[in-house]
Amino acid sequence: MNNISEITHQLLIITTDICIAVISISIIMLLYRVIKGPTNPDRAVALDAIGINLMALVGLVAVLLVTTQLNDVILLTGILLFIGTIAIAKFLEKGVIIDRELD
Amino acid sequence: MLYAVLIPLLIACFIPYLSKFKDKIHTGIFVLFVPLSIFIYFLQFIDTNFVPVAQGYSWIPSLNISLDFYLDGLSLLFVLLISGIGTLVTLYSIFYLHKSERLGHFYVYLLMFMTAMLGVVLSDNVFVLYTFWELTSISSFLLIGYWHYRERSRYGALKSMLITVFGGLSMLGGFILLTIITGSTSIQEMISQTDVILNSPYLPLVMTFIFLGAFTKSAQFPFHIWLPDAMEAPTPVSAYLHSATMVKAGIYLIARFSPVFSAYEWFFIIVSGIGIITLCWGSYMAVRQTDLKGILAFSTISQLGMIMTMLGFGTKAAAFAAVFHILNHATFKGSLFMVAGIIDHETGSRDIRKLGGLMTLMPISATLALFGTFSMAGVPLPFLNGFYSKEMFFDVSLDLSSTSLFIAEIMKTSIPYLAVLGSIFTFVYSMYLFFGTFTGEKHLDELPSKPHEAPIGMLISPALLIVGVIIIGLIPNLVNEPLLAHAAKAISGEEVHKHIAFWHGFEAPLYMSLIVVIFGSILYIFRKKWTDIYLLIPGTLSLNKVYDRILDGSEKYSRKITNSYMDGSLRKYIALIMIATVLVTFTTMLTTDGFTIKTDDLAKVTVSEILIASVMVAAALGTIFARNNVAAILILGVVGFGLSVLFVLYRAPDLALTQLVVETITVALFLLCFYHLPNLRPRTESFKTKSVNAIIAISFGALMTMVAISAHSSKWFGAISEYFIENSYELGGGANMVNVILVDFRGIDTLFEIVVLGIAAFGIYAMIKLRSDKGVE
Repeated sequence: MNNISEITHQLLIITTDICIAVISISIIMLLYRVIKGPTNPDRAVALDAIGINLMALVGLVAVLLVTTQLNDVILLTGILLFIGTIAIAKFLEKGVIIDRELD
Repeated sequence: MLYAVLIPLLIACFIPYLSKFKDKIHTGIFVLFVPLSIFIYFLQFIDTNFVPVAQGYSWIPSLNISLDFYLDGLSLLFVLLISGIGTLVTLYSIFYLHKSERLGHFYVYLLMFMTAMLGVVLSDNVFVLYTFWELTSISSFLLIGYWHYRERSRYGALKSMLITVFGGLSMLGGFILLTIITGSTSIQEMISQTDVILNSPYLPLVMTFIFLGAFTKSAQFPFHIWLPDAMEAPTPVSAYLHSATMVKAGIYLIARFSPVFSAYEWFFIIVSGIGIITLCWGSYMAVRQTDLKGILAFSTISQLGMIMTMLGFGTKAAAFAAVFHILNHATFKGSLFMVAGIIDHETGSRDIRKLGGLMTLMPISATLALFGTFSMAGVPLPFLNGFYSKEMFFDVSLDLSSTSLFIAEIMKTSIPYLAVLGSIFTFVYSMYLFFGTFTGEKHLDELPSKPHEAPIGMLISPALLIVGVIIIGLIPNLVNEPLLAHAAKAISGEEVHKHIAFWHGFEAPLYMSLIVVIFGSILYIFRKKWTDIYLLIPGTLSLNKVYDRILDGSEKYSRKITNSYMDGSLRKYIALIMIATVLVTFTTMLTTDGFTIKTDDLAKVTVSEILIASVMVAAALGTIFARNNVAAILILGVVGFGLSVLFVLYRAPDLALTQLVVETITVALFLLCFYHLPNLRPRTESFKTKSVNAIIAISFGALMTMVAISAHSSKWFGAISEYFIENSYELGGGANMVNVILVDFRGIDTLFEIVVLGIAAFGIYAMIKLRSDKGVE
């Protein structure tokens, strides 16, 4: 019994490590897109994708550290990513983020 | 004594009110009683058995600075000169200055000066002395610039201010050193500790500093250049400040400290050397002047040089001769200035080439000038005091004890010859001054107004001074024992008794005087033949030009230096700041042996940390090379995200949360601003600028990395975090330690962070809403 629990634990850690490595690689590849471009919408989408990867990464770290403290971070990242992407998209589309009232 | 010193200042406070009635009553009449009463008060002290009087008043006891006044023979002589001539000058100014002038200003400055001068000569505390010393500089500056609408007045005032304040400041340095050496601020204490001072290694420095103060104030070579330009002041000021009192402050200083320094062998070389150069140069240059006051100014310089030479001798007889000449010079020079003022007032010109033949038109002035100039020249007549002191000067210059120093030996042999040489020129300009003005042809059509004798009121003061000249000349022993003997005692530190007599018998000083008269007369008669020598010496060379060049040059070069780095380019300033930081930090770390690297305290590096770090590095590099605003900000976003992940990895969820929010808002703000900013242009700087910038950036980064590593490697104390871990729930009542620290253990930081955010918000609001160009729209 004890032995199985030990093996599961090891398996979990190894899996998490592999996942972290894969996500890191994907972040690096997305970074290439951010830097290279060639257009700003490319970069914006890549940044958004990096953010989602970060959520995953934080989740994996939380598993690795056996903590629930980081759940806030994951949720907040989600919201902020959404807001940030919307803002960037609006900026790219209209050139402004906050419209002036038409008076 | 405190009241005697401060009364002029107190009265000065009332002058602005009194000067309102200047149309009915001349303001000077109120002022007249101030120096007169001081004079009468101090006159009581004259006594053959006079003993020094000391009085102290507390001022800044914690700094050992108190208003200590010490009245000995030397101070008494100066106090009587200041108040006596002050009275006469005030009287003269009543008639000299018209009621349409700003009389209030004039008398306020004059009374201020009187207080300052009385304070200088009575103070026993060096710092009080310095305070009054600077007050004389300031009031003299105000008086020289009295007619401030004239360009020359402002120039002269500025010049005298710069030179005398330069000397004053160095004198302060000397005083501070003296205070440190002796541990006392009192001059009498210092004199009693002469041995300590003479054995101090700082003695040359102290002497240089104090002598600079004395030489600048007393217009000694080469600092004499301010005095001729100070002649732009109203004549009463010239007579008072620049002949009788202020220029003698430096003499006073040397005399006051001569018991301390005169045992040092360089004292003689410096003081007498500078003095004799000043004597010769001043009298030589005086012959060249064409302006009456110019002649008198250079004459003052030369006479001050003569007194300085005598002080440098350091013998008893020389000290006596010096104080005697101080008194004599004040009497005849004061009257000569007043006569020059009268001539200026009555003819409208001070140019000696336009004047001439005024003897019959202004007989009284001519008589006064005759006595004044002949006394100044030292003509051997028994009723002229100038002759006595000049002969004493010759006498003491022949009677110098020998020392070991070679320079001193050379000076000893040359001083009598130089003294005679200087006196010959003194004789020439004195004769020129008198005969050029009062005899010869009349040029009445060239003069702005028709000359006539001055009003009687104007003549009183110079007449009284000339009476003084004659009385001292006829009965010199009247002032000898009661006044001069005590003054000489204060300088030389021993009892001095000297009998002044007109007739010594056929001795060397008399022959020297005769040589002066004979050669002087010859030179005067044939002066047209040899004045071309001035084209050769000094020719185009002039110390004024040196002064102007130093002043202009310092202004020009400081502007050049300032412009060379303050060119308005913020990029350059940042580069300079960073270079300075790098240099200072690097040198400090290197000299204190601060760079250390220890690896025993490091945590294990994980793969994820390496990956995140490399992502951040790549993104940071990408930001630098981005060619597009939005691209740059988006790439920068990656760095922010990376940082928050690092916070997560290092188990700081609160930080990660805040970092994410701030990062998002910053990106949004950047995007907001970037709309209004021009697009990033392709960098146009040269390769050189780029590489210099790169070097600065890399070295700065490398240095900071080194500092961080060294800081980590040299931990001297353990962290205090144990306390927070133990007590955050116990004392703070919260499980989240970060937040308990923020609002409980160290709440005050949080408070002010909130204030910072509030100020920033208000600032942004104000900047957007309150635009000064809004009204234009």
